[in-house]
Amino acid sequence: MSILEIISIILILGGLFFFFTATVGLIRMPDYYCRMQATGKGDTLGAVLCLSGLALYNLDSGLSFANIIVSIKIMFIAIFIFIANPTATHAISKAGIDCEVKPWTKKKEVQS
Amino acid sequence: MVNRYENVLIETVTRLLIPAMQLFGLYVIAHGHGSPGGGFQGGCILAASFILMVISYDIKELKSRMSENLNTILCAIGVFIYGGTGLLCVILGGNFLDYSVLHKILPVDPIKARYMGMLMVEIGVGIAVMSVMISIFLNIASRGEHEGALN
Repeated sequence: MSILEIISIILILGGLFFFFTATVGLIRMPDYYCRMQATGKGDTLGAVLCLSGLALYNLDSGLSFANIIVSIKIMFIAIFIFIANPTATHAISKAGIDCEVKPWTKKKEVQS
Repeated sequence: MVNRYENVLIETVTRLLIPAMQLFGLYVIAHGHGSPGGGFQGGCILAASFILMVISYDIKELKSRMSENLNTILCAIGVFIYGGTGLLCVILGGNFLDYSVLHKILPVDPIKARYMGMLMVEIGVGIAVMSVMISIFLNIASRGEHEGALN
Protein backbone atom coordinates (compact mmCIF):
# COMPACT_ATOMS: atom_id res chain seq x y z
CA MET A 1 0.00 0.00 0.00
CA SER A 2 1.26 3.40 -0.91
CA ILE A 3 1.34 6.33 1.49
CA LEU A 4 -1.53 8.09 -0.33
CA GLU A 5 -3.77 5.05 0.13
CA ILE A 6 -3.04 4.93 3.86
CA ILE A 7 -3.77 8.65 4.29
CA SER A 8 -7.01 8.38 2.32
CA ILE A 9 -8.13 5.35 4.35
CA ILE A 10 -7.51 7.28 7.57
CA LEU A 11 -9.45 10.30 6.24
CA ILE A 12 -12.42 8.21 5.06
CA LEU A 13 -12.57 6.30 8.34
CA GLY A 14 -12.55 9.61 10.22
CA GLY A 15 -15.36 10.85 8.01
CA LEU A 16 -17.36 7.69 8.67
CA PHE A 17 -16.86 8.18 12.41
CA PHE A 18 -18.31 11.69 12.22
CA PHE A 19 -21.23 10.46 10.10
CA PHE A 20 -21.86 7.79 12.72
CA THR A 21 -21.87 10.28 15.59
CA ALA A 22 -24.17 12.58 13.62
CA THR A 23 -26.63 9.74 13.05
CA VAL A 24 -26.51 8.67 16.69
CA GLY A 25 -27.15 12.29 17.66
CA LEU A 26 -30.07 12.50 15.26
CA ILE A 27 -31.68 9.43 16.79
CA ARG A 28 -30.85 9.93 20.46
CA MET A 29 -31.05 13.71 21.00
CA PRO A 30 -34.23 14.90 22.74
CA ASP A 31 -35.46 17.84 20.67
CA TYR A 32 -35.27 19.86 17.46
CA TYR A 33 -32.32 22.15 18.24
CA CYS A 34 -30.11 19.40 19.65
CA ARG A 35 -30.73 17.27 16.56
CA MET A 36 -29.99 20.23 14.30
CA GLN A 37 -26.62 20.90 15.85
CA ALA A 38 -25.65 17.22 15.94
CA THR A 39 -26.40 16.61 12.26
CA GLY A 40 -25.22 20.02 11.11
CA LYS A 41 -21.74 19.72 12.59
CA GLY A 42 -21.25 15.99 12.16
CA ASP A 43 -22.45 15.80 8.56
CA THR A 44 -20.35 18.76 7.46
CA LEU A 45 -17.07 17.47 8.85
CA GLY A 46 -17.82 13.88 7.84
CA ALA A 47 -18.60 14.82 4.26
CA VAL A 48 -15.51 17.02 3.97
CA LEU A 49 -13.23 14.32 5.39
CA CYS A 50 -14.71 11.62 3.13
CA LEU A 51 -14.38 13.81 0.03
CA SER A 52 -10.79 14.74 0.88
CA GLY A 53 -9.99 11.06 1.24
CA LEU A 54 -11.57 10.29 -2.13
CA ALA A 55 -9.66 13.13 -3.79
CA LEU A 56 -6.37 11.77 -2.44
CA TYR A 57 -7.29 8.20 -3.41
CA ASN A 58 -8.05 9.39 -6.94
CA LEU A 59 -4.52 10.80 -7.21
CA ASP A 60 -3.07 7.40 -6.31
CA SER A 61 -3.51 5.92 -9.82
CA GLY A 62 -1.08 8.36 -11.42
CA LEU A 63 -0.44 12.09 -11.34
CA SER A 64 -1.88 12.82 -14.80
CA PHE A 65 -3.74 15.98 -15.81
CA ALA A 66 -7.19 14.30 -15.85
CA ASN A 67 -6.73 12.87 -12.36
CA ILE A 68 -5.69 16.22 -10.93
CA ILE A 69 -8.70 17.93 -12.52
CA VAL A 70 -11.06 15.33 -11.02
CA SER A 71 -9.47 15.79 -7.59
CA ILE A 72 -9.85 19.56 -7.83
CA LYS A 73 -13.54 19.13 -8.69
CA ILE A 74 -14.02 16.89 -5.66
CA MET A 75 -12.37 19.51 -3.46
CA PHE A 76 -14.71 22.15 -4.92
CA ILE A 77 -17.66 20.00 -3.77
CA ALA A 78 -16.05 19.77 -0.32
CA ILE A 79 -15.63 23.57 -0.13
CA PHE A 80 -19.23 24.05 -1.26
CA ILE A 81 -20.49 21.70 1.46
CA PHE A 82 -18.29 23.43 4.04
CA ILE A 83 -19.88 26.79 3.21
CA ALA A 84 -23.47 25.78 2.49
CA ASN A 85 -24.22 23.15 5.11
CA PRO A 86 -23.73 25.30 8.27
CA THR A 87 -25.70 28.09 6.60
CA ALA A 88 -28.60 25.74 5.91
CA THR A 89 -28.46 24.52 9.51
CA HIS A 90 -28.53 28.10 10.72
CA ALA A 91 -31.51 28.92 8.48
CA ILE A 92 -33.51 25.90 9.65
CA SER A 93 -32.78 26.61 13.32
CA LYS A 94 -33.78 30.24 12.82
CA ALA A 95 -37.03 29.11 11.21
CA GLY A 96 -37.62 27.01 14.33
CA ILE A 97 -37.07 30.05 16.57
CA ASP A 98 -39.42 32.12 14.40
CA CYS A 99 -42.10 29.41 14.74
CA GLU A 100 -41.51 29.39 18.54
CA VAL A 101 -40.42 25.79 18.91
CA LYS A 102 -39.62 25.42 22.61
CA PRO A 103 -36.23 24.01 23.58
CA TRP A 104 -36.19 20.83 25.62
CA THR A 105 -35.72 21.15 29.37
CA LYS A 106 -35.55 18.58 32.11
CA LYS A 107 -38.65 19.85 33.90
CA LYS A 108 -41.62 17.53 33.77
CA GLU A 109 -44.34 20.10 33.09
CA VAL A 110 -42.62 21.53 30.00
CA GLN A 111 -42.25 18.08 28.49
CA SER A 112 -45.97 17.26 28.50
CA MET B 1 -42.04 41.70 8.24
CA VAL B 2 -38.51 40.52 7.57
CA ASN B 3 -36.00 42.79 9.26
CA ARG B 4 -33.23 43.88 6.91
CA TYR B 5 -30.33 42.96 9.21
CA GLU B 6 -31.94 39.98 10.85
CA ASN B 7 -30.46 37.35 8.56
CA VAL B 8 -27.14 38.87 7.59
CA LEU B 9 -25.40 35.49 7.66
CA ILE B 10 -27.73 33.95 5.11
CA GLU B 11 -27.53 36.99 2.84
CA THR B 12 -23.73 37.07 2.90
CA VAL B 13 -23.36 33.37 2.14
CA THR B 14 -26.00 33.63 -0.56
CA ARG B 15 -24.09 36.45 -2.18
CA LEU B 16 -21.03 34.18 -2.22
CA LEU B 17 -22.83 31.11 -3.53
CA ILE B 18 -25.08 32.46 -6.29
CA PRO B 19 -22.28 33.29 -8.79
CA ALA B 20 -20.69 29.88 -8.21
CA MET B 21 -24.03 28.18 -8.74
CA GLN B 22 -24.66 30.03 -11.98
CA LEU B 23 -21.19 29.21 -13.25
CA PHE B 24 -21.75 25.55 -12.43
CA GLY B 25 -25.11 25.65 -14.22
CA LEU B 26 -23.46 26.98 -17.37
CA TYR B 27 -20.78 24.28 -17.04
CA VAL B 28 -23.42 21.57 -16.81
CA ILE B 29 -25.19 22.90 -19.90
CA ALA B 30 -21.98 23.20 -21.90
CA HIS B 31 -20.76 19.71 -20.94
CA GLY B 32 -24.13 18.03 -21.34
CA HIS B 33 -23.07 15.92 -24.31
CA GLY B 34 -19.70 14.90 -22.86
CA SER B 35 -20.45 14.15 -19.22
CA PRO B 36 -23.46 13.72 -16.92
CA GLY B 37 -25.77 16.70 -17.17
CA GLY B 38 -27.49 18.51 -19.98
CA GLY B 39 -29.90 21.28 -20.74
CA PHE B 40 -32.59 20.36 -18.24
CA GLN B 41 -30.23 19.83 -15.32
CA GLY B 42 -28.23 22.97 -16.02
CA GLY B 43 -31.42 24.99 -16.38
CA CYS B 44 -32.61 23.66 -13.03
CA ILE B 45 -29.35 24.73 -11.37
CA LEU B 46 -29.62 28.20 -12.89
CA ALA B 47 -33.23 28.46 -11.74
CA ALA B 48 -32.23 27.26 -8.26
CA SER B 49 -29.76 30.14 -7.98
CA PHE B 50 -32.52 32.66 -8.70
CA ILE B 51 -34.93 30.87 -6.35
CA LEU B 52 -32.27 31.02 -3.62
CA MET B 53 -32.07 34.77 -4.24
CA VAL B 54 -35.84 35.06 -3.76
CA ILE B 55 -35.78 32.97 -0.59
CA SER B 56 -32.93 34.79 1.10
CA TYR B 57 -33.78 38.32 -0.04
CA ASP B 58 -37.23 39.00 -1.46
CA ILE B 59 -39.05 39.07 -4.78
CA LYS B 60 -38.18 42.73 -5.38
CA GLU B 61 -34.49 41.80 -5.47
CA LEU B 62 -35.14 39.27 -8.22
CA LYS B 63 -37.35 41.71 -10.13
CA SER B 64 -34.56 44.31 -10.18
CA ARG B 65 -32.24 41.78 -11.85
CA MET B 66 -34.66 39.79 -13.98
CA SER B 67 -37.97 41.42 -14.79
CA GLU B 68 -41.07 39.44 -15.63
CA ASN B 69 -40.96 40.63 -19.24
CA LEU B 70 -37.37 39.42 -19.67
CA ASN B 71 -38.29 36.10 -18.07
CA THR B 72 -41.18 35.53 -20.47
CA ILE B 73 -39.10 36.55 -23.46
CA LEU B 74 -36.31 34.17 -22.42
CA CYS B 75 -38.83 31.34 -22.08
CA ALA B 76 -40.02 31.94 -25.66
CA ILE B 77 -36.45 32.26 -26.94
CA GLY B 78 -35.47 28.93 -25.39
CA VAL B 79 -38.34 27.08 -27.02
CA PHE B 80 -37.59 28.90 -30.28
CA ILE B 81 -33.94 27.75 -30.27
CA TYR B 82 -34.97 24.17 -29.58
CA GLY B 83 -37.75 24.04 -32.17
CA GLY B 84 -35.81 26.15 -34.64
CA THR B 85 -32.85 23.75 -34.60
CA GLY B 86 -35.19 20.83 -35.21
CA LEU B 87 -37.05 22.57 -38.01
CA LEU B 88 -33.76 23.70 -39.57
CA CYS B 89 -32.82 20.05 -39.91
CA VAL B 90 -36.15 19.35 -41.62
CA ILE B 91 -35.62 22.28 -43.99
CA LEU B 92 -32.13 21.03 -44.87
CA GLY B 93 -33.51 17.62 -45.84
CA GLY B 94 -33.21 15.42 -42.73
CA ASN B 95 -35.59 14.29 -40.03
CA PHE B 96 -36.66 16.45 -37.09
CA LEU B 97 -33.58 16.97 -34.85
CA ASP B 98 -31.36 14.98 -37.24
CA TYR B 99 -28.30 17.15 -36.64
CA SER B 100 -25.93 15.60 -39.15
CA VAL B 101 -27.50 17.53 -42.05
CA LEU B 102 -26.41 20.75 -40.33
CA HIS B 103 -22.98 20.32 -41.98
CA LYS B 104 -24.48 21.97 -45.07
CA ILE B 105 -24.57 25.35 -43.26
CA LEU B 106 -21.86 24.88 -40.61
CA PRO B 107 -18.19 24.77 -41.69
CA VAL B 108 -17.62 21.30 -40.15
CA ASP B 109 -18.02 17.63 -41.10
CA PRO B 110 -21.26 15.69 -40.26
CA ILE B 111 -19.96 14.16 -37.02
CA LYS B 112 -18.89 17.53 -35.66
CA ALA B 113 -22.18 19.00 -36.90
CA ARG B 114 -24.05 16.46 -34.74
CA TYR B 115 -22.03 17.66 -31.75
CA MET B 116 -22.81 21.31 -32.50
CA GLY B 117 -26.51 20.63 -33.03
CA MET B 118 -26.74 18.86 -29.70
CA LEU B 119 -25.11 21.84 -27.99
CA MET B 120 -27.56 24.27 -29.65
CA VAL B 121 -30.57 22.22 -28.54
CA GLU B 122 -29.26 21.99 -25.00
CA ILE B 123 -28.68 25.73 -24.76
CA GLY B 124 -32.30 26.24 -25.83
CA VAL B 125 -33.61 23.70 -23.34
CA GLY B 126 -31.53 25.25 -20.55
CA ILE B 127 -32.86 28.76 -21.15
CA ALA B 128 -36.46 27.53 -21.38
CA VAL B 129 -36.25 25.37 -18.24
CA MET B 130 -34.64 28.17 -16.24
CA SER B 131 -37.23 30.81 -17.04
CA VAL B 132 -40.22 28.48 -16.76
CA MET B 133 -39.07 27.26 -13.33
CA ILE B 134 -38.56 30.82 -12.08
CA SER B 135 -42.00 31.76 -13.37
CA ILE B 136 -43.71 28.74 -11.75
CA PHE B 137 -41.94 29.40 -8.44
CA LEU B 138 -42.87 33.09 -8.38
CA ASN B 139 -46.51 32.40 -9.21
CA ILE B 140 -46.90 29.68 -6.60
CA ALA B 141 -44.90 31.38 -3.84
CA SER B 142 -46.62 34.78 -4.05
CA ARG B 143 -50.07 33.45 -5.01
CA GLY B 144 -49.81 35.12 -8.41
CA GLU B 145 -49.20 38.62 -7.03
CA HIS B 146 -45.42 38.72 -7.72
CA GLU B 147 -44.63 41.04 -4.84
CA GLY B 148 -43.77 41.08 -1.16
CA ALA B 149 -41.41 38.97 0.88
CA LEU B 150 -41.93 35.29 1.44
CA ASN B 151 -42.92 34.82 5.05
